[in-house]
Amino acid sequence: MSGLTDTNSYEGYIQELSKTTELLMEKIEEGNAGDIAELIDSIKETRDRGLFTEIGKLTRALHDAISEFHIDSYLDDSDQKEVSTISDATDRLSYVMNLTDAAANRTMDMVEASLPIAQGIGDDTSKLKRDWERLGKREISYEEFGALYKDMGKFLEANEKRVTDLQQNLTNILVAQDYQDLTGQVIKRVVSLVQDVEGSLVNLVKLASNVEAVSGIESDKGDKNSKPAQEEMGIFPTKNEEFVSGQDDVDDLLSSLGF
Amino acid sequence: MNILIVDDFSTMRRIIKNLLRDLGFTNTEEADDGSTALPILQKGGIDFLITDWNMPKMTGIDLLRAVRADAALETLPILMVTAEAKREQIVEAAQAGVNGYVVKPFTAAVLQEKIERIFERVEAG
Repeated sequence: MSGLTDTNSYEGYIQELSKTTELLMEKIEEGNAGDIAELIDSIKETRDRGLFTEIGKLTRALHDAISEFHIDSYLDDSDQKEVSTISDATDRLSYVMNLTDAAANRTMDMVEASLPIAQGIGDDTSKLKRDWERLGKREISYEEFGALYKDMGKFLEANEKRVTDLQQNLTNILVAQDYQDLTGQVIKRVVSLVQDVEGSLVNLVKLASNVEAVSGIESDKGDKNSKPAQEEMGIFPTKNEEFVSGQDDVDDLLSSLGF
Repeated sequence: MNILIVDDFSTMRRIIKNLLRDLGFTNTEEADDGSTALPILQKGGIDFLITDWNMPKMTGIDLLRAVRADAALETLPILMVTAEAKREQIVEAAQAGVNGYVVKPFTAAVLQEKIERIFERVEAG
């Protein structure tokens, strides 16, 4: 083999095969059996070398993707410390589901607690309004007036508490909407991770197609699977030591720093 | 009392704004990240800053550092309200001069407590 052509690239491999084949055709025409045998061996060697190079590239790219997305630790159950980025992303999406579920339930609880309060205010108001109109028309006895006075006092007193309860429920409903911020951040990060995985897969598919071409393997085209992942996600409460588990933990940490 | 609320999510700004109103703070301004917050702060008239951490362009921690590096703003009370729950981040914020740190999701009571504590310290100190 001459070794003048760069067989480390797929293009180089094709170029070298083409050159040797031309030479082989010449030798066949000349009828030089010794040279023909040598050139056939050389073509075989070029093909083997091309195959090894492409497999080597594919293996390296696979290895890079595996370490980039921590898939190795996912496959190795003995190491629980570092989860794969994919299973991490799955956990995060489950977190989104739990958070939205909790927010919806919290909101509905508050609405359900508020509706009877509003109903009570409405019912009492209707009754008092009827009596109040009768009072206006002077259709009310002295005893009834005494009862109306008492009812009005009770109504006003009850309403003070009802309004406070309603305000509190409305505030809780408002705060329950914070899930939108939290889930939005998680989803944004998972989206970016999916994009990274897609980029890596496209690269792997390209390298694998070179291996197929050199080895002569025909494969089904159009397969689109995904895997890998990347990027550390800061938010999201986990049991991980690196993260605080809540506001009490934050307060403890800050007070240990002299806050 | 003018309070600037900085968060890239309008929902969260709205939640904080409403909670502040319940606490009697009706004068609030809003910004969606550090880069839009800084000019508002530099213009003057803001007495309290509530900021998220993770925001596009300029993050909350960068805003905190920029505020502390500005002679006119270095004593401005700052409360960080964020989903960033890494211990090293909380330490980082403390070292950068934050006055309080609230992790999301939070309750109205926690926000009130932290704001009141910051005011107590500012008045005492």
